[in-house]
Amino acid sequence: MRRGWAWAIKGYLAVVLGFLYLPIAVMMVMAFNQSSLYELPVRFDTVWFEALARNDRLLRASLNSVLLALANTVVATVLGTMAALAFARYRFRGRTLLQLLLFPPITIPWLIIGTSMLVLFFWIGIGRGLHAMLLGHVALSLPYVIVVVGARLKSFGPALEEAAATLGASPWQTFWRVSAPVMAPGVVAAALFAFAVSFDQFVISYFLAAPGVSTLPVEIYSAIRKGFTPEINAVSTIIILVSMGIMLLVARFYRFGGER
Amino acid sequence: MNLVRRRRLAVFGLTAPAYLWLALTILLPLSAMLFFSFLTQAPFGGRQAELTLGQYGAFLDKAFYRTLAWRSLELGFYVTLGCVAIGYPAALALAKYVKGRWREALFLLIVLPFWSNALVRTFSWTMVLRGDGLVDRMVQAVFPGAPSFGLLFTYPAIVVGLVHSFVPYMILTCYISLQAIDDSLIEAARSLGASAWAVFRRVVLPLSLPGLYAGVVLIFVPAIGSFMEPRILGGPAGIMLGTVIEDQFTVVFNWPLGAALSFILLAIVLAILALAYPLLRRNLQVA
Repeated sequence: MRRGWAWAIKGYLAVVLGFLYLPIAVMMVMAFNQSSLYELPVRFDTVWFEALARNDRLLRASLNSVLLALANTVVATVLGTMAALAFARYRFRGRTLLQLLLFPPITIPWLIIGTSMLVLFFWIGIGRGLHAMLLGHVALSLPYVIVVVGARLKSFGPALEEAAATLGASPWQTFWRVSAPVMAPGVVAAALFAFAVSFDQFVISYFLAAPGVSTLPVEIYSAIRKGFTPEINAVSTIIILVSMGIMLLVARFYRFGGER
Repeated sequence: MNLVRRRRLAVFGLTAPAYLWLALTILLPLSAMLFFSFLTQAPFGGRQAELTLGQYGAFLDKAFYRTLAWRSLELGFYVTLGCVAIGYPAALALAKYVKGRWREALFLLIVLPFWSNALVRTFSWTMVLRGDGLVDRMVQAVFPGAPSFGLLFTYPAIVVGLVHSFVPYMILTCYISLQAIDDSLIEAARSLGASAWAVFRRVVLPLSLPGLYAGVVLIFVPAIGSFMEPRILGGPAGIMLGTVIEDQFTVVFNWPLGAALSFILLAIVLAILALAYPLLRRNLQVA
């Protein structure tokens, strides 16, 4: 009876994992299928990856995506870490309010945030394009950076810093010699998070893309709407591998939810 | 006194850049959009716009828009229900029946797709659900001669795609509150003669409700605001409040109507968050 129960639980978890990974696996297999009509059996071929290498539109969009994600990572990590430091080391009036203000970027549907950014940026002359997308991506990344770095800062408390200060270190020395090394894993994890948020972001980019200036997800969306092409499978396979790789790296530095 | 001022300066210097950024990208845009939702037309290219309540009036007058809002709510309901049905048992199994390194590995495998590209994952379902796709072939293999069918561009396809997108959220939030339940509570209940079902209903379930509520809110809100998934998986069956808002901004260029519809959506979201706030307050403390 107990054994049967244990098998049922394992089987259930296997089914859930199957549900999560099956479509992705199918897409990856089809990316290597020679037939553009997804015919079976699969005949292995890298023809769609070669086609991708010649597709200037998608290549330019990929470059945009990577540059944007890098810029977003730098800005969001620096600004977010600063705010996290303030939250972790100071008690001040309005602290709770400022922390609550981190929720809107996460909880308001991106559709609303994206369209309202379009309205404002167009209206006041910021316009659309990569700079506008950067403004949006940083806003979405900041809450994650602040939470992730904050969790790390909370785990070691101000005692170390106070000790350094008592021993005569200047605030600057204390920060670089004591705080920075201890919070480094949190900052690295937050930076990877920020990269992933931007690299995978579609909705905000979609509304802020200018004609000819777009990112990979935006190009993919318009390609899907025009009609399926197996090249999209190829580029999607690459994207999935990149973002999953990044999250595996994050997992090295930051433990998701609760103790394990 | 000097120290107090220095502290104040430090706090301001550290928080101001991030919050000025958020003001420019969240607060100001939302205000601009609220303003636009009261205009007769977008004030670009020298056109004269007047203040009006007409955009909101359109929502109240035309049954079409109310039906849309209802359809989006209904979609959110089904998606959330699907996520609870699949996610809660998985979280329970993970938190209470799987131990050690297996748990760690499984947990990572479950949250991993959540952090990969949502658009690409949605797209991958088209290959599974379309006629002659994976589901169709599997049915054919089990029941040879069954009529070929495609689920793509149907309502269930949207629900499946969105459940796939959001179920890791539910597993994550439920797992966090389930693994915090002290096993000795469960043992105590068992030793006092409670059946497995009674233990679940009287001990485990009530203690895991905060995680369940958090998951429900975190899924319901983005689900009713979705437009990409209904577009790709639903086709003509996928007309939702979200897709109509998208159209106002990208195809029809009726920004004031789009703004008004967005604010109606936002009002629905805020109402849900306000209802859920007392339930969530204890769990969502950041930093």
